[in-house]
Amino acid sequence: MNALVNFSKIFKAPEIFKFHGGVHPPENKTQSTQLPIGQLPLPEKLVLPLRQHVGNMPKIKVNVGDKVLKGQLLAEAEGAVSAAIHAPTSGTVTAIEDAIIPHPSGLPDRCITITPDGKDAWIGRKPIDWRNTDRKTLVASLRLSGIVGLGGATFPTQVKLRADGKSGVHTLIINAAECEPYITCDDMLMRERAEQIVKGIEIAQYLLGAEKAIIGIEDNKPEAAAAMQAATANTPMQVVVVPTLYPSGDARRLVHLVLGIEIPFDKRTTEAGLQVFNVATVLALHRYFDFGEPSINRIISMTGNVQKPQNFEVLFGTPLTHLVATAGGAKPETTHYIMGGPMMGFDLPTDDVPITKAANCIIAASPNLFAPPPPAMPCIRCARCADACPVNLQPQDLYWFAKADNFEKARDYKLFDCIECGACSYVCPSDIPLVQYYRYAKSEIIAIDKAKEAADIARERNDFRLARIEREKTERAARNAERAQNAKKETNKTDAPTLNSNIHAGSGEAPLANEDAAKAAKQAAIAAAIERAKAAKAAAGNTPKNVSDAPAEVKAEIAEIDARRASVGIATDEDKQAKIAAAIARAKAAKAAAEAAKKKE
Amino acid sequence: MNRSPYISEAPSVSAIMFKVLLALVPGIATYVWVFGGGVLVTIALATATALAAEAVMLKIRKRPIQPFLLDFSAVVTAWLLALAIPPLAPWWLIVVGTLFAIVIAKQLYGGLGYNPFNPAMIGYAVLLISFPVLMTKWPAALQLAQFKLGFADQLHYIFGGLLPDQVKIDAVTSATPLDYLKTQLTLKHDVGSITQAPIFGALGGVGGEYVTAAYLLGGLYLWQQKIISWHLPTAFLGALATIAGVFWAINPAHFANPLFHLFSGASMLAAFFIITDPVSGPTTPKGKLYFAAGIGIITYLIRVYGGYPDGVAFAVIFMNICVPLIDAATQPRVFGHPK
Repeated sequence: MNALVNFSKIFKAPEIFKFHGGVHPPENKTQSTQLPIGQLPLPEKLVLPLRQHVGNMPKIKVNVGDKVLKGQLLAEAEGAVSAAIHAPTSGTVTAIEDAIIPHPSGLPDRCITITPDGKDAWIGRKPIDWRNTDRKTLVASLRLSGIVGLGGATFPTQVKLRADGKSGVHTLIINAAECEPYITCDDMLMRERAEQIVKGIEIAQYLLGAEKAIIGIEDNKPEAAAAMQAATANTPMQVVVVPTLYPSGDARRLVHLVLGIEIPFDKRTTEAGLQVFNVATVLALHRYFDFGEPSINRIISMTGNVQKPQNFEVLFGTPLTHLVATAGGAKPETTHYIMGGPMMGFDLPTDDVPITKAANCIIAASPNLFAPPPPAMPCIRCARCADACPVNLQPQDLYWFAKADNFEKARDYKLFDCIECGACSYVCPSDIPLVQYYRYAKSEIIAIDKAKEAADIARERNDFRLARIEREKTERAARNAERAQNAKKETNKTDAPTLNSNIHAGSGEAPLANEDAAKAAKQAAIAAAIERAKAAKAAAGNTPKNVSDAPAEVKAEIAEIDARRASVGIATDEDKQAKIAAAIARAKAAKAAAEAAKKKE
Repeated sequence: MNRSPYISEAPSVSAIMFKVLLALVPGIATYVWVFGGGVLVTIALATATALAAEAVMLKIRKRPIQPFLLDFSAVVTAWLLALAIPPLAPWWLIVVGTLFAIVIAKQLYGGLGYNPFNPAMIGYAVLLISFPVLMTKWPAALQLAQFKLGFADQLHYIFGGLLPDQVKIDAVTSATPLDYLKTQLTLKHDVGSITQAPIFGALGGVGGEYVTAAYLLGGLYLWQQKIISWHLPTAFLGALATIAGVFWAINPAHFANPLFHLFSGASMLAAFFIITDPVSGPTTPKGKLYFAAGIGIITYLIRVYGGYPDGVAFAVIFMNICVPLIDAATQPRVFGHPK
């Protein structure tokens, strides 16, 4: 039976469905595939950013000074889209503070620092007998795994599997295209750990209920493809070798390549019964379910302008400098480091950053490798970008609209379908930084939409407020009328002697009562307002007593002292009130001083 | 900071324009062989004028001068205009035409990348309308001319308007085949007898057809170098041949055959060098087909029914006007969007 399946697999080459455009950048992959995946000595410290994934920041579960074991939960997923963080080795939590993280923004974010104790002692690991556990339980347990998409998107994996066992996914596609130049971590992983990857695919298939699994590999990785062919020989999994063409590793492009299906722009792959996982991600699933190991490391290509480019298995939180040193150190002329590939990567703000889940490749950059781009020339509408665009957009038009801040038009021309792969910039004769223009336009449009939404909400609120005021007015009028009615009745009932006068007063009586009621209501409202104001004043508090007669200078001094007191206070909510009070005091003092000065004049 | 991609493989604008100039060389060489060296003078004048005008305009517009002069786009415009006008025209004609092309049609619209019209064709149209007599006085191919002007004679004539003693202007000029055909047809002659005249060659005009063939050669080089796509030349030549073929099939006595149209006038120069100006043309593949086919059809209609022997310039300008519409109407389907 198996023999038959294999026979058909070998001789019936699967059809490849090409997508529009694409480019052939120089691969530069062989530099980092000369050596097997290497191991790093334990670094002196590990800095773990809490946000290494797409979604909410996880909740910290440890304190500074805590001893932790390898694999121990440091922070747990919070909210639907979030991922846990684990200790990559045993040691002590020595800091929980903001530090620069490897992100294009270059901004600091909260990190947990662990100082290893050198023992590398594991916490108790519990493999899960996943074949005999129901999917819901398994997917739920993934929240504790810390596994995210290791292809670079870092989307929490449990979210992609969150289907309660009825996902409707029939085909799992394993993304092993690795189309970006320089990056070889998936290549090496497949060459060396194909068996483990296949086990991971089985788990992912089980979790998704997907009958089919297709592994898509670019034809520039023959060793990896052969290894995967061999490892899948006795399985119904299909290895599809796709032509090398950037960006075939984009999920939608890969789906199209292997199945000929175009995922509609407004749908997720799951809605088409498909799910795409990166090879490294499924391997992480295998390590988690079959060995009880959470996500604490990954394979990363350390390449570019270093002495010995190589792939390493790196603990998350490892300082970049440690990785560079292990690769023989940076060659002279190294200017900085790029995280990711040369097509979609970004400049690291400094070399003092940790390796995170998103880091598939670090390239030491030098002017020789990546010459600074010449100044941009005007667009000559040659449409090479349109020929290169894998989404079949018209980049030259999008550029024109983005440059002119014509955001509506940019949206009309499907700006948001742009995957920012950089193929357009790669072929632009005028060296225009097209992707940067698209990112700018996208962020502006998003900001405008947000502002519009906020304005809509504000308008709604205002409408609601006006309606409420109107309603209260009518209600008050109704209440007053009622009260007047009651008053009239009462006078009629209890105060017989006034009857005459009432009669005398005639028709003027009712409005008069009404007026009284209105006055009373008004007074009550005023009293309430005064009360509120008083309360507010009390809350603002700290108004110095017995100083109302003090000279302006003294008042100013008091205010200043108050302000200083407030400013040295601990940053809490209480402090906010104090600050407000101080500000008020300062303003008062300034006013008083000004008045005093005027008087002196 | 995110400034990826860090790599690029595109030829620069300068390299693209340089290849266009290179592709014109076979055509120019043939031109010299057939009509004499006068065209080189015209080309030199046009180039100098274009670069000077470009530099002055960039200076006035406070733009960097060097990168824009070195992009060679002004030189391309100059060469195309020089090749489009009669090579023995007085020197100031090409200067005026080039000035108009560079200053008005290109720089006043914002320079490289911003001109809605093909600058060379604007320059040509201005000259044709302003100086119709000069613009239709073409030299005879040297092998047909009663008197063969040497290079020095041509220089004299271009700069001084003087011909050697006893040589009449009619001895060195001749009607172009397109022109001759048009006038003879109005005299009720049929195509068969008209094309017996010595100026007609195997395909187009004697000599001129070689120049045209050399343009075709240069054009194929541009296509091979991926400087131009197949869409524009194919659609232009295809539409021109088709409409000419239909008319010819209906009445071969009154309409010239398609090959004559393909190898006469500016057909090949237009197909590979003029309508392929990316700035003033459409960008979508389908749009290129419509644009080029439109030029082919209008060119033919002007040749047959219009007031001028050739119609490329007006056809190009007319279709330039339509480019925004064509682009908007021919947006390709984006990946993942409904068919």
